[in-house]
Amino acid sequence: MGEVIVVTSGKGGVGKTTTTANIGTGLAVMGHKVVLVDTDIGLRNLDVVMGLENRIVYDIVDVVTGGCRLKQALIKDKRFEDLFLLPAAQTKDKTAVSEEQMKDLTEKLKEEFDYVIVDCPAGIEQGFKNAIAGAERAIVVTTPEVAAVRDADRIVGLLEAALLTDPKLIINRIRPSMVKKGDMMDIQDMIEILAIDLLGVVPEDEAIVISTNKGEPAVLDKQSRAGEAYRNIAKRITGEHVPLLNLEADGFFRRLRRLFGAG
Amino acid sequence: MFEFIQRALGLKRDEPSGSKNTAKERLRLVLVQDRASMSPATLEALKEDLIRVISEYMEIDQAGLEVCLNSEDESVALVCNIPILRLKRSAKEETAS
Repeated sequence: MGEVIVVTSGKGGVGKTTTTANIGTGLAVMGHKVVLVDTDIGLRNLDVVMGLENRIVYDIVDVVTGGCRLKQALIKDKRFEDLFLLPAAQTKDKTAVSEEQMKDLTEKLKEEFDYVIVDCPAGIEQGFKNAIAGAERAIVVTTPEVAAVRDADRIVGLLEAALLTDPKLIINRIRPSMVKKGDMMDIQDMIEILAIDLLGVVPEDEAIVISTNKGEPAVLDKQSRAGEAYRNIAKRITGEHVPLLNLEADGFFRRLRRLFGAG
Repeated sequence: MFEFIQRALGLKRDEPSGSKNTAKERLRLVLVQDRASMSPATLEALKEDLIRVISEYMEIDQAGLEVCLNSEDESVALVCNIPILRLKRSAKEETAS
C-alpha cells in the first residue's frame, strides 16, 4: 500500500509543479513506483514540465466520471518504467471533481503505487480541497518572500484543520549570496515563522529554466544544484537522513564569474 | 583596483543592508492579523459553547451576547460582552439536582 503526498503552497508561482515533477522523478530514480496527479484542472502544467504533453488522451475528469478506465488515463514517463502521470483536464474547471471522487481515486492509486504525488493548484478554494482530500502527508512549498510565506502560513492552518497536522516545508529559490548580505530571509527565519519541520532547501538555479524548457526534470541533471537538492528531498521522503546542502559552498571561480556578471 | 581584487578573492564582503529584517518584521505583523481571524462558523460555535457554559451559572441575554477577536499591535484578545439578566443564587447545586 502506497502513500499519498500533496504538494501545496497557497501562492502561485513558487514552484509546486516543478517540485512535484522533481520529487516524483527523484523517487522513480530510486526505484519506487510513482504516479503524479495533476489536480490543477483548467490550468494543466505538470504534463509540460514532465515533457509528456503530446501523449495525453484521457484525463483525471474522464477517470472520475467513468469516461475511461484509470489505466487508460495513466501516461507512462519517457525515461522511467515505473513513473506515471495522471493529467488534469484542460477544458473543465475545479468543480468537475469532488472531494469524495478524489478520495476514491487516490485509494485506487495507492494500491498500485508506492507514492502518489498530488500537485495542488494555487489558492484555497475547491481545487485545494480536492487536492488534499485523499492525502496522508503534505508538503508546503514557499520562497523567501513575504507574500509566499504569508500564504504558506495560511495553508499550514488549513491543512491542520483538515487533519494533515504535520506538513513539511520546502524552501524554494533561495539565493545564498542575498542571504549572506542580509537581503533575503534565511532558512532559520522561515522555520521560526511557520513553525513546521523542514524537508529541504532548493537554491535558485538557472538549470530549472533550462530543464523546464526541455521537459526534463532537473533532478536528472547531475550538474544542477537544484537537482541535487531535489534528490536529497526524495531520499528524505523515503525516510533517509540526508544533511542539508551546503549553500555557502561558493568557490573562488564562482565568485569570479559573478564578478564578471556571468554567475 | 585593490578593492576589485579583494572582492574577487572573497576577502571583502558587501555591507549587510539587512532588508530581510524589514521583511521579517512585516511578515510577523501581518501574520498576527491573519492568525487572529476566525471563520464566522467557528466564532458561532464558540458563542454557543460559551452560552451553554455560562448559563449554568447565570441567566444571560443570549441575543445581546457579543464575541469578537480584537488585535492590537502584537497581541490578540478574545472580547466578550455578555449581558446578565439574573444571577442564579446557588448555581452549581441547581444544575446538579
